[in-house]
Amino acid sequence: MAMVVAREWREIPGKYNLEGTKCGCCGKIFFPARTFCPYCRRSSAGKMEAHRLSGKGEVFSFSIVHDNSGFNDRMMPYAVVMVKDDDGVMIEGQLVDVDFDKIEIGMRVRAMLRKLDEDGEAGVIHYGYKFVPEY
Amino acid sequence: MEGIVSYGAYVPRYRILPEEIGRVWGADGKSMGKGLMINQKSVPSPDEDTVTIATEAARYMMARVPEVSSADIGAVYIGSESHPYAVKPSSAIVAAAIGATPDMTAVDMEFACKAGTAGIQAGLAMVKAGYAKYAVAIGADTSQGAPGDALEYSAAAGGAAYLLGSENVIAQVNKTLSFTTDTSDFWRREGMMYPVHGGRFSGAPAYFRHVSTAAKNLMKAMGTEPADYNYAVFHQPNGKFPTRVAAQLGFQPEQIECGLLTPNIGNCYSGAVPLGLAHVLDHAKPGDRILVTSYGSGAGSDAFDITVTDAIKDYKRQNAPVLDDILSRTVVIDYATYAKYKNTIKMPEE
Repeated sequence: MAMVVAREWREIPGKYNLEGTKCGCCGKIFFPARTFCPYCRRSSAGKMEAHRLSGKGEVFSFSIVHDNSGFNDRMMPYAVVMVKDDDGVMIEGQLVDVDFDKIEIGMRVRAMLRKLDEDGEAGVIHYGYKFVPEY
Repeated sequence: MEGIVSYGAYVPRYRILPEEIGRVWGADGKSMGKGLMINQKSVPSPDEDTVTIATEAARYMMARVPEVSSADIGAVYIGSESHPYAVKPSSAIVAAAIGATPDMTAVDMEFACKAGTAGIQAGLAMVKAGYAKYAVAIGADTSQGAPGDALEYSAAAGGAAYLLGSENVIAQVNKTLSFTTDTSDFWRREGMMYPVHGGRFSGAPAYFRHVSTAAKNLMKAMGTEPADYNYAVFHQPNGKFPTRVAAQLGFQPEQIECGLLTPNIGNCYSGAVPLGLAHVLDHAKPGDRILVTSYGSGAGSDAFDITVTDAIKDYKRQNAPVLDDILSRTVVIDYATYAKYKNTIKMPEE
């Protein structure tokens, strides 16, 4: 699916380096980044700081997807996971380089840069995080 | 003195065997593999390319030196024959992925299989000139080899990254020099998917002349001989060439064994020598002396005389996976899966 290059560019810190935000009032961490804390509301204005997640965590839940989703047609079926990052934040992504029968809730994983998609043969290549088992 | 402050190496998980490639094309793959001294080669996953491989290697490199701020990196160079874009730098993407942007320079390099070591030379020069506190040089490739061609038995994927600086170096570079001529032994024209090679011509006048001349010139300049080195790493398009050139130069098999990865991962092109050196550094002790000579078709060789320092004792190598661990977790695939992963199967238009 084609993505506007400006949006791609805006999302680079989050997609490459799991950069989210931390509320300067209550200390809660958000990913993807938010400009406003939903708990502290107006008092968080101007106090949200960039916060990079560790990219390491454990599988909270997972599913094996058998439906073709375009770029993944050469990686079918594929695993998607909800990862509870060591910062306590929930992140969703693909889990790759893994044997499906070894995936289990609680297994340690880490983020790695992979190709997420590409806008056809002539368009932009979208890079971003996927998860792999942490050895 | 300038040298290597940190390093990281990465090789994709999948492997294919020469007998499986031969089975598909009606060739004796087993004897092909035996002749080339290649037992298996690495294959990138469909979502891996030179940028993702280079990024993983560079992240391992940075994980081992937590005291180094990525903002102090003044240059990022990536040597490859398989940059994903013809125009748009891989080096800027990788620099962003390790947090080195924006106050820095970045450029992609190409010199067949020696662009990775050319980046190391350029990075050392930036550091020595005082233009950068640290420079990053990466050699990485998802090598191309035409289906059915002899290259298909060896063209593999992998890469290694080097952080170069002048303080706390784990390996100092005593000297580097090059030997370059205009020799058409292997090339790929703009827009072509696969490289073309000169067959036997890629041997004596190309690989052997350049590698042995650069290595001899370096030893002459340093006043050394093969016995002075604990390890030697030569460009490894297969297992046969580096073994033969080492013997011609007077090195013993045990000197090249540690730095020779191609028999088990294939030819990683620009990543080949950087990976071989990374495996040596995984095992090296203070005082070890290493001779490194790359080769790039077209043609040229870069040679390095390196001494491992005491700083390697406190180096946090354990902060990232070493090659022996990475190379122990592999999955062998068949040719059909390989063709799908390499995107050689024509898919319906979207």
